[in-house]
Amino acid sequence: MENRSPYIVNAPSVSTIMLKVLLALIPGIALYVYVFGLGVIINILLASLTVIMTESVILAIRKLPIKPFITDGSALVTAWLLALSIPSIAPWWIIVLGTLLCITFGKHVYGGLGYNLFNPAMVGYAILLISFPSIMTHWQIPNNLMASPSDWLDQIRVIFNSNLLPKETLDAMSSATPLDYIKTQLTLNQPLNTIQQDKIFGFIGGRGLELINLGYLAGGLYLFKEKIISWHLPVAFLSTLFLTALLFNVLAPDTFASPLFHIMSGGSMLCAFFIITDPVSAPTTPKGKIYFGAGIALLVFIIRIFGGYPEGIAFAVLLFNICAPLIDSLTQPRIFGHK
Amino acid sequence: MQLKNIFKFNGGVHPDENKSASTRHPIAKLAIPKKLVLPLRQHVGHVAKVKVKPGDQVLKGQMIAEADGNISASIHAPTSGKILKISEEILPHPSGLPDFCITIEPDFEDTWIEKKPISWKKIDRAQLIEALTQSGIVGLGGAVFPTHMKLKINQNQTIHTLVINAAECEPFITCDDMLMRERADEIIQGALITQSILGAEKCVVGIEDNKIESYEALKKAAQKTTVEIKVVPTLYPSGDAKRLIYLLMGIEVPKEKRSVDLGIQVFNVATVAAIYRYLELGEPSISRIVTITGAVKTPQNFEVLFGTPLSDLINAAGGSSSKTKKFIMGGPMMGFDLPSIHVPVTKAMNCVIESSPELFPDPKPVMPCIRCARCADACPVNLQPQELYWFSKSSQLEKAREYNLFDCIECGCCTYVCPSNIPLVQFYRYAKSEIIAQDKSKEAANTARERNEFRLARIEREKKERAERNAQKALGAQEKQAEDEKKSTIAAAMERVKQNQQENVKN
Repeated sequence: MENRSPYIVNAPSVSTIMLKVLLALIPGIALYVYVFGLGVIINILLASLTVIMTESVILAIRKLPIKPFITDGSALVTAWLLALSIPSIAPWWIIVLGTLLCITFGKHVYGGLGYNLFNPAMVGYAILLISFPSIMTHWQIPNNLMASPSDWLDQIRVIFNSNLLPKETLDAMSSATPLDYIKTQLTLNQPLNTIQQDKIFGFIGGRGLELINLGYLAGGLYLFKEKIISWHLPVAFLSTLFLTALLFNVLAPDTFASPLFHIMSGGSMLCAFFIITDPVSAPTTPKGKIYFGAGIALLVFIIRIFGGYPEGIAFAVLLFNICAPLIDSLTQPRIFGHK
Repeated sequence: MQLKNIFKFNGGVHPDENKSASTRHPIAKLAIPKKLVLPLRQHVGHVAKVKVKPGDQVLKGQMIAEADGNISASIHAPTSGKILKISEEILPHPSGLPDFCITIEPDFEDTWIEKKPISWKKIDRAQLIEALTQSGIVGLGGAVFPTHMKLKINQNQTIHTLVINAAECEPFITCDDMLMRERADEIIQGALITQSILGAEKCVVGIEDNKIESYEALKKAAQKTTVEIKVVPTLYPSGDAKRLIYLLMGIEVPKEKRSVDLGIQVFNVATVAAIYRYLELGEPSISRIVTITGAVKTPQNFEVLFGTPLSDLINAAGGSSSKTKKFIMGGPMMGFDLPSIHVPVTKAMNCVIESSPELFPDPKPVMPCIRCARCADACPVNLQPQELYWFSKSSQLEKAREYNLFDCIECGCCTYVCPSNIPLVQFYRYAKSEIIAQDKSKEAANTARERNEFRLARIEREKKERAERNAQKALGAQEKQAEDEKKSTIAAAMERVKQNQQENVKN
C-alpha cells in the first residue's frame, strides 16, 4: 500500500492565483481607460478571445484536456499583459497576431503551462516590435492633450480600419512615448529640462502614463498582500532601476532623466509586478530573484538610454529568462544543518 | 504563555488543528479485549526473541519476548492469561504485510507479576541501562527507537541538554496533550530521572503554544525543579526533533549527525513517563495513550493495552465498522492508511483517524508545476522542492541527490501548499527508494565485479603456475633425456669398450 500522506492541503488553485493577477491589473486598466479611452479595452477583449480559441485548438491538437488548462487562467494573464504592452491604437490584427504568437511560440512549443523558458507575453511583444516597428512605437496621445479630443468611436475606427479616419485626426492621435521623445530630442542637442517642457510630460513621468504606472503599483501591492508574489523581484527591479538612473542623473543631469521618471515611465511598474514575476520563467530562489530583477533593471536602463529601442523591457526580460536556470543553480539556499 | 528566546526555523505550515474534539473527555481505560495480538517487532531494530510457548500461563507485566541484542526491545504481557499461538498476523504498517505475533487469551483476572521498582539512584548507570533493556520502552512519539539505546552514550560523549518533546505538532493528535494534562507529574519525574541518567546539565520541555492546559500542568509539576518549560509557536513540523532543537536552542543538527553528537538528547513526553513508571513503579511498557478521532462519534483518548484489536478501540469511540471506511494511523500530515481495522494497537500507534470525504477529500487533479516556489517557502529544511520534483519526475536521480533529496524529512509541507495539487512527497519517497535500490544493486554489482576479477586473476595465476610447472616438467624431461642420452652414450661406449676387450681377449 502506498503512503498517501499528507491527506490535507491548503493552497489556492492555479486558477485562483491567475484570477488574482487579473484582478490586480484592473486599477491600471481603469486608469488606462481614464487617460487614453476605450482602445485598451478593445485590445484586451480581442486578446482574450484569441487566446481562448488558440489555446483550445492547440490543447486539442496536443490531446490535452481543454477545460482544466483553459480555466487555469494563465493564458488570459499572458493575453492581458500583451494587450497592455502594445499601443492601444494599433490595428486589430496586431493584438490577434501577437496573442497567437505568445501562446504558440512562447508557451506551447515548450510544452505549455509550466514549461515555457521565456515569458510568453514578452515573446509575442518582441516579435511584434521587430516585425512592425512603426506600428509598435506609435502611441496614443492622452485624450486631454489632443487638440480636439477624439471620441471613443474614433478609437474603435482606428483599431478596426484606420482608413475610416482622416489623416489629420490620425496624426493628432499618436505620438512618440516620452522615453522615445527624450531620446530623439537629445540627438538634436536639446537640454533635458527643455525637452521635458513638452506637453507629453507630466509631474514625474509621461503625462497620463505616470498615473497608469501608479495603478499597476497598487495592483502589485495587492498581489504582495495576497502572497501571490514575493517582494524580491519588484524591489530588486525598481531599486536597481532607480539607483542606476540616479547615478547617471547626478553625473549628467542635462542628459539623463531623473530616477523617478524612469520608474514611473514606460512599462516599469507593469514589468516590476506583473511581467518579471511570471514564476515559470523566473528564478525560484530568493537570492536568484534579486539578481534576476536587478539584472533586468540594468539592461532596461541600458536599452532605454543607449539602445535602438525606446523601451527595453521585453528584450531585457527575454535575455534574463535564458539565465534563470543558471541563476537558480548558483543561488541555492543553505540547507538546514549545512554549512 | 509567551514565546521567549525562540529561534524560528524557515517554512513550516499551520493546518487546522482539529484537536479540540478529542480533548473534551479525560483519558479513558479501554477494557481488556478477548484477545491480544502482540507483534514481535513493534520497535526499530531486531525482532524480539520469543520466551513463551502456546499453552503457557502468563502474568500481567511478564516478559514474553526478549530484546535480541542492543537495538531491540522486549515485549511484556499486557494482562494475565494464556498464550494461544505464535503466528503471522497483519500489522498496522503501510505495507500491510503479516509478521509474527504472540496471541494471548486474557483470563480477565489482570493479575500482576511481582512488580520490582528499581532504586535508580543507587545503582550505577550500566546496571540501570541493562535494567531498562528489560523494560520494553521505546520512543512513544512514533519513532519507536529502543529507549535504553538512547540512554547509552559513548564515553567520549557528554550530553549537556535533555530536550523533552511536548510539541505534538501534527493536527488531530492529542495523546501527548492529554497525558500532560492528567499526568504532568509522571512526565516531570521521568524527565528528571532521564536527565540524571544522561548526566545532562539542563532539561528543557518544548511545548506548542496551543496547549495551554498542558503548559499550566507541566509548569505546576515542574515547580521547585530545574526543568524549564519553553513555549514554541504552533507551527508544523515543530515536533520534528531537529526542528525542536533549533526552536529551543538555535542549534542546527546536520542530516548526517545525530543530536547526541552535539550533546543533546530528545525524548517524547510519553517515553519519559514510561521510564518513570518502569523505574519507580516497576511497570514495564504494556499500554499507551491512543487518540481515536476524525469521523468517529466520540473522539477521545484511551489508555489501550498493546495488542488490543483496533476494532475494539474504534467501537469504543462509536466509530464505523463499515468495511468501506478508511482509517489513518498517525496524523494527516505524515500518517498512512491502515490496511485493515483488524490490526493490533502497537507501541507506535499514537493516533487513529477515521477518514471521511469531508475531512480528507480526494486529491484534486494534478496540474503542471508553475514554479511558484510556495513549496520552497514552506520547506523547513530549506530545500527547493520544485527542483527535486523536476529531477524525481524525470528520473534524474543523481541530480536529485545533488540537490539534497536525502535531507528531506517527508513532513509534507510542500504538498500541503502546492497550488497544482502535486503529491510532491510521494515523488521524493519514490526517488529515495529508487536511489537506495540503485546503490544496493551498484554495490552488489561491485561485489560481483570484484569477485569476478578475483576469479579471473586466480585463473590467470593458476594458468601461469601450470605453465611454469609444465615448463619445469619439460625442462626436467629434457634434462632427463639429455642425461639418458648421455647415459646411453656412455653405456654404448662402455659396451664398445667391453666388446673391444672381449675381442682383444679372444684374440
